[in-house]
Amino acid sequence: MTQSQIDPTPKPATTGATLLEVDDLHVEFRQRSGVVNAVNGVSYTLAEGETLAILGESGSGKSVSAQAIMGILDVPPAVVRGSIRFEGRDMLTMSEEDQRQIRGPGISMIFQDALSSLNPVYSVGWQIGEMFRVHQGASRKEAKAKAIELMDRVRIPAAAKRVNDYPHQFSGGMRQRVMIAMAIALDPRILIADEPTTALDVTVQAQVMDLLKDLQRETGMGLILITHDLGVVNEVADSVAVMYAGRIVERGTVDDVFTDAGHPYTEGLMNSVPQVEAKGGRLQPIVGQPPNLAAIPSGCPFHPRCARRRLGAEAAPGRDCATDLPPLRLVAPGREAACHYSEEVLGV
Amino acid sequence: MGRYVARRLLLTIPVLLGASILIFAMVFALPGDPIRALGGDRPLSPAVVEVLKERFHLNDPLWIQYWEYLKGLLRGDLGTDFRGRPVLDTIERTLPVTVRLTIVAVLFETIIGIIAGVLAGIRRNSYFDNLVLVSTTIIVSIPILVLAFIAQLLFGLKLGWFPIAGTRDGWFSYVLPGLVLASGSLAYVARLTRTSIAENMRADYVRTARAKGLPRSRVIIRHTLRNSLIPVVTFIGADIGALLGGAIVTETVFNLPGIGREVFDSISSQEGAVVVGIVTLMVFFFIFFNLVVDILYAILDPRIRYD
Repeated sequence: MTQSQIDPTPKPATTGATLLEVDDLHVEFRQRSGVVNAVNGVSYTLAEGETLAILGESGSGKSVSAQAIMGILDVPPAVVRGSIRFEGRDMLTMSEEDQRQIRGPGISMIFQDALSSLNPVYSVGWQIGEMFRVHQGASRKEAKAKAIELMDRVRIPAAAKRVNDYPHQFSGGMRQRVMIAMAIALDPRILIADEPTTALDVTVQAQVMDLLKDLQRETGMGLILITHDLGVVNEVADSVAVMYAGRIVERGTVDDVFTDAGHPYTEGLMNSVPQVEAKGGRLQPIVGQPPNLAAIPSGCPFHPRCARRRLGAEAAPGRDCATDLPPLRLVAPGREAACHYSEEVLGV
Repeated sequence: MGRYVARRLLLTIPVLLGASILIFAMVFALPGDPIRALGGDRPLSPAVVEVLKERFHLNDPLWIQYWEYLKGLLRGDLGTDFRGRPVLDTIERTLPVTVRLTIVAVLFETIIGIIAGVLAGIRRNSYFDNLVLVSTTIIVSIPILVLAFIAQLLFGLKLGWFPIAGTRDGWFSYVLPGLVLASGSLAYVARLTRTSIAENMRADYVRTARAKGLPRSRVIIRHTLRNSLIPVVTFIGADIGALLGGAIVTETVFNLPGIGREVFDSISSQEGAVVVGIVTLMVFFFIFFNLVVDILYAILDPRIRYD
């Protein structure tokens, strides 16, 4: 794994040219009951060969922001604002057709539940081969041969025999490999993996993550890993962005963030995970529930659940957690956090 | 699969036997005397009545009558009606009419129903979607008898587009009755397709298809429609079996001499052999097309296997 060097600017670690720049991304769903603000101003960049983990609870906007990048938020219809630049071109202003042509060869995505994400009525070979038939005009025969090649590459045993099998005939881990084969078929520059291992057994999880890392080493693609699994982040990611209520609340290298959290929410996440050293001790869950995205709390969205909040007279001027929204700011070299009192959280 | 089909076909034999016994018993239980009714206003002489009753075994108990019928059946003889015409001839005369009517009706329900359902399903809550919802509700709510007369009056008499009765104009004669007969199923097919499409548009694998960078038309046709049509095909298959049973109301209103009307007339005149022969054939069609549906189901959805 490439250990990235951090410069003190807000830009995350880079190991190559910048592939993706997401700037002030907003996503809202207009429903009869009101507007749901799923993503509220998310910015990040991704470089060649970099692995960025986006960490957060369900409903934090991590999956929605990824689907906005893919441009597949039609059902239900969403309003997407901000800018998403892939290799310098803004995907939100380009035509639907140009956007479609980036999906697959430019950016591709794998999903959490491979069983429901693969079409049950087509063989896996047909579904992998479809990438070549549609994007490269390959014949059925060529597409099938390439599908077998890819299945070999993602280490599905007896690929040539299994190419005509259907998704339900595979185990969970093998199905996820089929998804990966389909996603890397056209050598994408960026792979977005949305909870790729959540539905799998722990042992299979490790195999699938190893496979993703190997593929990344071979192709130099940028990897965005969306997960709520701190263990996975710790093992494979270079940098991490923690999301809460549709915002990035903390960002930095994995080593830094995991060693010393700069935001009370990140701190809470770390404390809610069992530690081998703390055997016998009680876990400390984060109290309360994630916010309703149709009615996000004023000020810092996390303040109703925050143990370190300062309200009214306790707060420094302009830094009342209940009324003043903390911006994402540089709090230490290579570290950004959106907390008025981040320095206290870091203990510097 | 082959063994499954063979087993299912073998199973139709006891079902048909049971069905024929039931129908036989029900005709036997009908009140009135079919032989006396043959004479109409002028009563037949008691001697003639006695001879006819003897010939058709009408004086024997039920099980002997059925046994005689079954013996004939094994020789391929479906018996005759009381006027001496073979039942087989009656079926040969009436079945083609019903088959043509069924073909026209199925074409209507498949083509119009699926197209309407797809267009409504991919644009939910659009103007067209609401149009489909309202019109199908209206069609399903109107009894077929009323619908038949409205169609005759509007398209037959007022507009003069289609013939309103009989079979003299060949396939063209079947357009109006076919449409009326199909109306209920057509509405059902449209609704079923719409719901199925709308549901599948939200499916994870359709999201995957879009993430693969496939053109929208391909996402809809290959990845949404293909999966959505499985329940629709199942319904249409079973419906063919039901339609081949003849449509008494449609065939009567449009004066089509099909098996539905024939069986209705035969019940009125207590022509036991005709009723049993035709109804058993209807049961066979029904079972057969259900088998076809089950086989189609396995072909369309690879998750279903019968071995």
